Amino acid sequence: MRVQMTVNGKAVSGEVAPETLLAQFLRENLRLTGTHIGCDTSQCGACVVLCGGKSVKSCTMLAAQAEGADITTIEGMESPGGELHPLQEAFRQNHGLQCGFCTPGMVMSAADLLRQNPSPSEEEIRHWLEGNICRCTGYHNIVKAVQAVAAAK
Amino acid sequence: MSDNGHGIGAPVKRVEDFRFLTGRGTYTDDINRPNQTCAFFLRSPHARAQIKSIDAAKAKSAPGVVAVFTGGDMQCGGIPCGWQVTDKNGEPMKEPPHPPLAKDKVSHVGDQVAVVIAESLSAAKDAAELIAVDYEVQTPVVDMEKAIAGGDVVHEEAPGNLCYDWELCTAEGGAKEVDDAIANSAHSVSLRIVNNRLAPNAMEPRAAIGDYDLASGEYTLYTTSQNPHVIRLLMGAFVLGIPEHKLRVVAPDVGGGFGSKIFHYAEEAVVTWASAQIKRPVKWTAERSESFVSDAHGRDHITDVTLALDAEHKFTALKVQTLANMGAYLSTFASCVPTYLYATLLAGVYTTPKICAGVKAVFTNTVPVDAYRGAGRPEATFLLERIVEQAARKLGVDRVELRRKNFIAPDAFPYQTPVALQYDSGDYHSSLEKALAMSDWEGFAARKKESAANGKLRGIGISTYIEACGIAPSAVVGSLGARAGLFEAATVRVHPTGSVTVFTGSHSHGQGHETTFAQIVAEKLGLPMENISIVHGDTAKVPFGMGTYGSRSLAVGGEAISRALNKIAEKARKIAAHLMEADAADVVFANGEFAVKGTDKKKAFAEVSLAAYVPHNFPHKSAHDDGEGLEPGLEEQAFYDPLNFTYPAGCHICEVEVEPETGAVTVAALTTVDDVGRVINPMIVEGQVHGGLAQGVGQALLERAFYDDNGQLLSGSMMDYTLPRAKDMPPLSGLQTATTETLCAHNSLGVKGVGETGTIGSPPAVINAVLDALAERGVTDIQMPATPFRVWSALQEAGK
Repeated sequence: MRVQMTVNGKAVSGEVAPETLLAQFLRENLRLTGTHIGCDTSQCGACVVLCGGKSVKSCTMLAAQAEGADITTIEGMESPGGELHPLQEAFRQNHGLQCGFCTPGMVMSAADLLRQNPSPSEEEIRHWLEGNICRCTGYHNIVKAVQAVAAAK
Repeated sequence: MSDNGHGIGAPVKRVEDFRFLTGRGTYTDDINRPNQTCAFFLRSPHARAQIKSIDAAKAKSAPGVVAVFTGGDMQCGGIPCGWQVTDKNGEPMKEPPHPPLAKDKVSHVGDQVAVVIAESLSAAKDAAELIAVDYEVQTPVVDMEKAIAGGDVVHEEAPGNLCYDWELCTAEGGAKEVDDAIANSAHSVSLRIVNNRLAPNAMEPRAAIGDYDLASGEYTLYTTSQNPHVIRLLMGAFVLGIPEHKLRVVAPDVGGGFGSKIFHYAEEAVVTWASAQIKRPVKWTAERSESFVSDAHGRDHITDVTLALDAEHKFTALKVQTLANMGAYLSTFASCVPTYLYATLLAGVYTTPKICAGVKAVFTNTVPVDAYRGAGRPEATFLLERIVEQAARKLGVDRVELRRKNFIAPDAFPYQTPVALQYDSGDYHSSLEKALAMSDWEGFAARKKESAANGKLRGIGISTYIEACGIAPSAVVGSLGARAGLFEAATVRVHPTGSVTVFTGSHSHGQGHETTFAQIVAEKLGLPMENISIVHGDTAKVPFGMGTYGSRSLAVGGEAISRALNKIAEKARKIAAHLMEADAADVVFANGEFAVKGTDKKKAFAEVSLAAYVPHNFPHKSAHDDGEGLEPGLEEQAFYDPLNFTYPAGCHICEVEVEPETGAVTVAALTTVDDVGRVINPMIVEGQVHGGLAQGVGQALLERAFYDDNGQLLSGSMMDYTLPRAKDMPPLSGLQTATTETLCAHNSLGVKGVGETGTIGSPPAVINAVLDALAERGVTDIQMPATPFRVWSALQEAGK
C-alpha cells in the first residue's frame, strides 16, 4: 500500500506492507535513522517522534495510521539555519546523553512535555519521562537539561 | 603541556554529542549494505532438549527465502572462552562445546537452532515458523544448589554441572588456617547472600552484518561490540578460521554496552559465515525479547560468608564460599569474573589478614552469565559491606567507626593484600570523611524523625569500597590464565598542517572518548580540540586494540595515547631544534610552540609538522643510520601494558524512605565520593557515576532476571524486567557526587578509572539503608532486589 505524510516539513510517500510500523517507515523507507528501536513492548521510548506535535511511540503506530499526518523526527529539530533546538543544546550543555541511543526519543518526548507544560516541576519531568528509558545517564542530567530549557522560556 | 582550556581537568563539552543529538549517529542497525539480506534466528523455546530432527524444507521454499542453515550445515569451531581457570585440584575448567548453531541439543531458552535468511525480515520470520524441530524435552537444570547436588547435567563434559571448583587462599595453612582463625576469634558473624541475576539491557539491541567480498575474499563484520579487534581474533582464529588480513570488524557507534557487548556471540559468526555461503550481505538485529534470552546476563552468585573479629573489633579472618552461575555455556570472560575479578577483591579497604575464598562455577540451563558493569567487584563489595554492617549491628558498635578501625592506613601503600593484589595508592579515610560531611550523616536523626512524623521509616546506609580497574597487566593475567595479553595500542598521526588523528584500540559506546582522549592530546601538544580527531572501532583503521571493559579505556588506552604523544613531542622537538639551529636539549615545548631557551626563537607545532612532511630542511637519517638522524613524517605508535591494576575506591552513602504499608522504597539521597585518580573531564566523570548509580539502585531495588523451574525467563521483556526510570532516582537536590584524588602510581597520567564505581559502591549502601530503616521493626536481613513485596513481607515476618 501507499502512504503519504509530511515528515520534517517535507511531503513524503512510500510503498509499504500494511504491517509496516511508522518507525520502520522512517528508518527504512526514508532512511531517517535517528529514530531508534530499543524494545518490542512500547516501553523504552527510543522511537518517540512528534505526530501533529504530540509525542508518539513510532514503534506502536502503523505507517498507515500516519497517513496525512505531520511528523517531526529528531532530524527535524534543528532550525533551517542549522541551529540546534534549545533542548538539543541543553542536553549538550548538561551532559544529558552518553551513548546517544535513547537521546532522540528523550528530546522528542521532552519537546512535547514543554509544549504542554512550559514550566514543569522536577517531579513532573520525571513523571513525564516514565516512558523513556536511559541506561547510561541515571536521568539526572536529562532532568537538568529539560529544566534548563523550561527556565529559559 | 598546555593552558588552552581544553586540557586535562577541563569540563569540556562532548565532541560526539552533535551527531547523537541530531540523529546523525551511525549504529549498526543504521547501516544497510547493497543487496543485503535479512536474518532471523529460530531459538529454542525449551531450556533443555535433545534435537531429534530438524525439517527445514518448507522454510527453504517459502517466498523470499534465500537460505536456511542449521548446526549441521556449519562446520566450524565453537564459541571460545578467553580465560582458563585451573581448579583447586590442578584440573583445567570444563569447557563444553558451544556451537554457533545448536547441533544435537539445546541448552537454554533462546539457544540458536537455525537461521533463516530472506529478502525481508518478515519473510524470514514467516519462514522460521515453517521449520519443524523435533525436540525431546528434558528436565532442565535451573537452580544452582540442585545442579551441584547430583542428577541431571547440562553437559556430559561437566559432571555434577561443575565448571570448576576454585580456591584462593594465601594463608600458609590453607583453608584450615582460616577456619581456625575464625574459631579462635572473639566474634564472628555469618550471612548468606544472593547476588541477583541481572539482564544488562544496553538500550541498543545487539546487531550484526556479515559482508563477504567475493572479489577480494575479505569478510567484513559490522557489529555492536566494545572490542572489535577481540572479536576479529576470537571469531577469526577460533570459530571461522579466517586470518586477520581477510577479516575486518567494524564496531561503529554503539548504544551502550555495560559488558554485554564485550563477548563474541554466535550471531556474529553465523552472519559472517552465511554471507560467504550466499555471497550477499546478511544483516541481523535483535529484538529486545531476543536480547533478554541471548545477551549474557550478569552476577548470579549465592555466597556464604563469615567474618571474624578480635576483642578490639579488628577483622581477623574472612571465609567466603560462592556458587557462581555460568549459565549454559562459557561466555568470553565468564570464568574470570567470579575468580580473578572477585576473590582478589575480598580484602576490600580493610586489613583483614587471613582470607579464604572458594568458588564453584556451575552450569545451568540458562543464558550464559558473564561480565556486567563491575563484573565480580560488585559481588565482592556487596558481601563485604553487608557482612561488615552485620558485624557492627551484632556487636552493637558504630558502623562507621568499625570501618575506620579496619581501614588500610593512608601511609601503608603500596599495600599487599592477602588475596594476590597489591594496592598502589589510596586514602580511604578522606573519601569517608568527605562523604559523611556531604551527606550530613550527623543530622540524620532529625530527618528520620521528620519521616516518622509522615508515617515513613527512614534509613541511612554506607559502603566503603575498592575495585580493580585498568584490566590488565598481561604478565599478571597471563599467569592467571588469560589467553590474550590485555595491553592497549595507540597510533598518533600528525598531519602535514599540524592537525592530529589518534587511532585507539579502546572503544567508546557512551564514555565520551572522542572528548577525553582529545583533551589528552590538547594538553600534551597544545592544540585546539577542533584540530584533533579520535578514531576507534574499525580494525581496518586502528592497527590493534583490546577494547573497552573493566574501566580500562583511560588507564590503559589513554596511557597508550599519552606515550605515543610523548614520542611525537620528542621527535618534533628534534625537528624544531634543527629548524632553529639549536641544540635539542635547549628546546622547550609548551602551548603548541617550540622555543629555544633564552632566545626569542619559536616554531609553531604546525610549522614543525609541515617540515616533517616537506623535509627539505630536515635532519635526515644518513645512508648508514648513525642513530641521530630522523625519518620524515610524524606518526608514532605505542603499545602500553600496565604493571598493575588501578584501584579506585570511595564511599557511597544512601538514604531511603520506606512506606511500611506497601513496602515501597524511595531513594531520598545518594552521596558518592570516589577516588578515581586524576580526573581528565569532571563532567564526564560525574556522568559515569550517575549512570552507574542508576544501575546500582536497579540491582538493589528493582532488577531481577528470574527463571522458573522450567528454565523460562519470567522477566524477559521491558514490561516485566524493572529497569530504573527517572522517578526511581533521587531528586536533583538529593544526588551529590564528588571525588578525592590519590594518583595511580604506575601510569603517567595518574588515572584509575570511573566506569564502574557506581554499580560497585552503591548496592550495599542502598541495602544497608533499607535495613537501617527496617531495623526498628526487627528486620535483620533482606536480599536484592528489595522490592516492595520483599520489604513488606520482611516487615510482616518480623512483626509476627
